[in-house]
Amino acid sequence: MKKKLFTMHVDVDDFIPASSEDKAYMVQMRPSTTFFKDGMKRLMKNKIAAFSMFLIIFISLSSIIIPFFWPYQYDKMLGSTPGKPMDPSYNNLAPFEYGETELERIAAGEKVFPHIFGTDAQGRDYFIRIVYGTRISLAVGFFASIIVLIIGMTIGSIAGYIGGKVDIIIMRIVDIIYSLPDTLMVILLASVMKVTLQPLLEGTILEKLGSNMISLFLVFALLYWVSMARLIRGQILSLREQEYVLAAQATGAKAGWIIRKHLLPNCISVVIISTALQIPSAIFTESYLSFLGLGVNAPMPSLGSLASDALNGYATYPYRLIIPAVVISLIVLSLNLFGDGLRDAFDPKLKK
Amino acid sequence: MNTKTLLYILKRIGLAVLTVWVVITVTFFVMRAVPGGPFLGEKAVTPEVQAALEAKYGLDKPLMEQYFTYLKDIVTELDFGPSIKLRGRMVMDVIADGMKTSAKLGLMAAGIALVVGIVLGSVAALRRNSILDKVIMVVTTAFVSMPSFIMGTLLLLVFSMYLGWFPANGSTAEGLVLPVINLSLYPMAYITRLTRSSMLDVLGQDYIRTARAKGVSSVKIIFGHALKNSLIPVITYFGPMLAYIVTGSLVVEQIFAVPGIGRSFVSSITNRDYPMIMGTTIVLATLIVVMNLISDILYKVVDPRITFE
Repeated sequence: MKKKLFTMHVDVDDFIPASSEDKAYMVQMRPSTTFFKDGMKRLMKNKIAAFSMFLIIFISLSSIIIPFFWPYQYDKMLGSTPGKPMDPSYNNLAPFEYGETELERIAAGEKVFPHIFGTDAQGRDYFIRIVYGTRISLAVGFFASIIVLIIGMTIGSIAGYIGGKVDIIIMRIVDIIYSLPDTLMVILLASVMKVTLQPLLEGTILEKLGSNMISLFLVFALLYWVSMARLIRGQILSLREQEYVLAAQATGAKAGWIIRKHLLPNCISVVIISTALQIPSAIFTESYLSFLGLGVNAPMPSLGSLASDALNGYATYPYRLIIPAVVISLIVLSLNLFGDGLRDAFDPKLKK
Repeated sequence: MNTKTLLYILKRIGLAVLTVWVVITVTFFVMRAVPGGPFLGEKAVTPEVQAALEAKYGLDKPLMEQYFTYLKDIVTELDFGPSIKLRGRMVMDVIADGMKTSAKLGLMAAGIALVVGIVLGSVAALRRNSILDKVIMVVTTAFVSMPSFIMGTLLLLVFSMYLGWFPANGSTAEGLVLPVINLSLYPMAYITRLTRSSMLDVLGQDYIRTARAKGVSSVKIIFGHALKNSLIPVITYFGPMLAYIVTGSLVVEQIFAVPGIGRSFVSSITNRDYPMIMGTTIVLATLIVVMNLISDILYKVVDPRITFE
């Protein structure tokens, strides 16, 4: 049938229901994305930050996994066998060298696992000490940041939400702690707690961790929460004026509920970012204290104490100094870059 | 200077005094927590020192009285008592001795950091996105991420061991070169980044464009307008820079064997020479607090637009 132009007649075929394919074709919407997915996408686009993230994951995983299958222990002096005199041929081995008894075993056709980085002055495999040192340094950074996060978040949100006299008193205390020279206070507290804590810890599970580590965490808990508290307080101050808080108050919600369910989730990105940036600074402080002899207790290694020990023989064994130096710089650098990337990805408002 | 600024300065001075008092108090009571007390805890105290300490602090008297004696002696005559481990020496004398070398070291490091940092930062900002800019940024990022003791030991390895340019011992004038470089690298890198970002900020301002449009020469724009204004944020870094140099000197003096206050502090920690630890902590902390105070007030005076809560 020929179509007549200018006719008023309506073609019924134009009004048949659309098939599901047609409908799908018309839908322009992207699948809805969550806050986290969106941020991750932005983070992955930032090549430097993504690379830093993978580097951190790689270093952390290898520091956890390698000790499981590595044939040497971090505190085993390879030259000493029970009931025999110390075999000095194991001390200060260069990379890929073997001790006397190991050479005999190789000559006999046995396979001996190489000492990739050689051994230290006490004949301990240096590679596994580096791995343990990395593990300790990362753990200190992580747990210290968590402590700072918990204390800072609690105090900051209380000050921000309750306000008034409570806020003024808390913020004056924060001001004073903030203007204390933190590193000097850390040294002071660490040097005292080292002696004071020792008898208290005997016989508990914490003993293995060492009094120095505990005092390090205590110091972080005492001094480093202030900037986190300031940050959270500022966020809460602006958030508590929002209408949904008023609505929650009107329906009879208690302060703790409002803080936990409404206010804190809304400043979570700021919290995550500053926690991420706190980790490298904690690692820095730990290595600094270890270098001054206030860090982990021997024979437990940390990257700072390894570098400090290596200083004695740096002229003969420079690699013992360079290896922990490189590892610690890599960790701090990539954590910093990752933290910056995280900030750009999750809180574009903060970007300068 | 208006009343508001004056009020701010007074408030800031009050906070600084309060902070120093907190440092002294915390130091005193924390040290008292050491088993046996800070003065008599170790067996190695010589009889003369013990007699001097007992006479000085009246160790048989109540704790609060001892505290007030300690506080009074510090405030009125800068007296921290005798050292436990260094025979017959007063803590203050040891600090004053070490301060001579350390002040020289610190001031030179701060000077170098400021000059080189500002120059590099300005160059990076003016040649934005050039290869030079990128190289400067990468190098400074690396310096900021490296703990000072690692930087120091690497300097020692390269310049003293392999190249043999400078001695490893920092007690001579020549030996101070490496420690000064070591101490200045971190603040230098930080100042470079600070100057670069604030310079970029200033260069984007309208008055720079106006000056350009008027035909002002670029030398005049850079030195007359841009540099002056972009240095304001650098002032705020004076305090933290000094804090870094003071704490950094603890490890740097250790690495290069510089006979300064940092080294005597570290050895007093290992020797558990408590009066020495207390005295040095208080002196260094006061130094940092005062420097923070000065840099805050200077910042406020230089740029009155800045308001504080």
